[in-house]
Amino acid sequence: MKVREVRLSTTPTPEALADLRLGDIVYLDGVIYTAREGVYMRALQDQANIPIELPALSATNFHCSPAASIREDGSFHLGAVTATASFRFAKWLNEWMEKTGAKIIIGKGGMSRKHYQEIFVPHGAIYLSTVGYGTGALLGRGVKRVLDIHWQKELGLAQAMWVIEAERMGPFIVASDMAGNCLFERENAKMAESIARAYEGTKPAVLKRFGETDDRNDELIG
Amino acid sequence: MIGIELIQATAERLMDKAAVEIPDDYLGGLQAAAETEDGDLASFVLQAMLENYRVAKEDNRAMCGDTGTPRWYVKLSNDAQIEGGMIALEAALRRATAARTTGLPMRPNRVHPLWRTDHDNNVGIGAPEIEYGFEPETGDWVDLITVHKGGLFGTDYRMLFPSDGIEGIKRFYLDSLVAFGRRGLACQPAIIGIGLGGCKDTCMVLGKRAACLRTVGSRNSDPRIAELEDEFKELGNSIGMGAMGFVGKNMVIDCNIEVGYCHTGGMQMSVHAFCLSSRRAVARVFADGRVEYRTDPDWFTPYQRRETVEWQPGVAEAAE
Ligand code: SF4
Repeated sequence: MKVREVRLSTTPTPEALADLRLGDIVYLDGVIYTAREGVYMRALQDQANIPIELPALSATNFHCSPAASIREDGSFHLGAVTATASFRFAKWLNEWMEKTGAKIIIGKGGMSRKHYQEIFVPHGAIYLSTVGYGTGALLGRGVKRVLDIHWQKELGLAQAMWVIEAERMGPFIVASDMAGNCLFERENAKMAESIARAYEGTKPAVLKRFGETDDRNDELIG
Repeated sequence: MIGIELIQATAERLMDKAAVEIPDDYLGGLQAAAETEDGDLASFVLQAMLENYRVAKEDNRAMCGDTGTPRWYVKLSNDAQIEGGMIALEAALRRATAARTTGLPMRPNRVHPLWRTDHDNNVGIGAPEIEYGFEPETGDWVDLITVHKGGLFGTDYRMLFPSDGIEGIKRFYLDSLVAFGRRGLACQPAIIGIGLGGCKDTCMVLGKRAACLRTVGSRNSDPRIAELEDEFKELGNSIGMGAMGFVGKNMVIDCNIEVGYCHTGGMQMSVHAFCLSSRRAVARVFADGRVEYRTDPDWFTPYQRRETVEWQPGVAEAAE
């Protein structure tokens, strides 16, 4: 298999990030925090104080919530870890990066090239995609320990901000580089012809739906 | 009479099995896919998934961090009697769902749609769903089937019309694959379930059951539908898209179609994708205390697909 494997710190140097190429496989070491809807709304819309020192502690933001519970004695029981689709969080990311100095965003499905160019490149940040996306057990193994959970009472276990320590956690795939190129859009472009061939002979439904487009190069996300 | 404590203990075991152990039929399908895949990135993804299933079992941890929305299908023999009645059965399933969400642990995904209240145990209004089926068999048994379907993406419905024909069905099928397959949002390669006919709600139910309650390699008992299943599987794998939306040739591990009689003017269609974590687990619990675990729900029996007013077992079996 012609993939390159790289180990990367969760507080990476600009040089280490600049060295990454689209499609590289990455394993992470260091502290990672999770952030999805609840965290952005609380930190950015409600202006609550972010409870950890960023980016000193970590420059890596994971769009996820783990399969985890808190035992009666207060200790953490973390099983599998899987990302959630990132496109819904794009609207918060610029402000989040301003505030926290995040350099690595991990999630499912990446973002659009436009978001990489407009938000990631100016902040010197890149996007890592999880693999599969069902590799939750593998990623769970890469979590050395859970350091803390914040805003659990306010947001519930699934939306809370988890702080975890990663050791060779992965695999992740480099989905955007420092120039703002997009791995998924590159792949989309390669299959335009085979998709058109599969559609040959089919015809549009007699009853249309609002918002329908006949250009199958369009993506529905964004 | 089937003991209620045994039902709950079995349900708890099923919750864990579904979350941790990939069913053999799906695993076989994915291994076959991994052998044929030649896209570099798509191939890496499939290998990582195979490794992931192994690790999940070895560590007894959920295969995917998103443990989906646990639900139950309950099938009863005509003679089945549950200790405490059906209310006790439903309580046992709700308890098992909550207990193993915390115990394994699984992710407490279920929240109130408006207030986002999270009980941190996957139980709430209408959750877990519990659906029922019956078999005209003697014997005192109940089949407990849990499905932990994941994915906010990959499912769609459309009202087609008879004049849309098979070509229209194909088109909506391709539309669904292309729409949700990009960037791998459907977590493909998936088992694609297609529901045809019924009413809007039953069409969705049929498609979901086709995806979640039939195994890889099974075929509809109507030979012409079985042919369509083969054709659709191949069609789905010819669009050039593989795992994660990378260039590849494995999008569909299998395609299962289920039908129901519909309004004469319409041709309802639904599409469902059962993802890389095609989680289901099944057990038959008997009154004498035996429990038989399996991974094939065996839901779509001749009785479930019966066509006539009266149930005529001989006729249905002869038609198979
Ligand atoms: S769709 Fe399936 S494999 Fe993908 S994240 Fe959800 S549960 Fe996991």
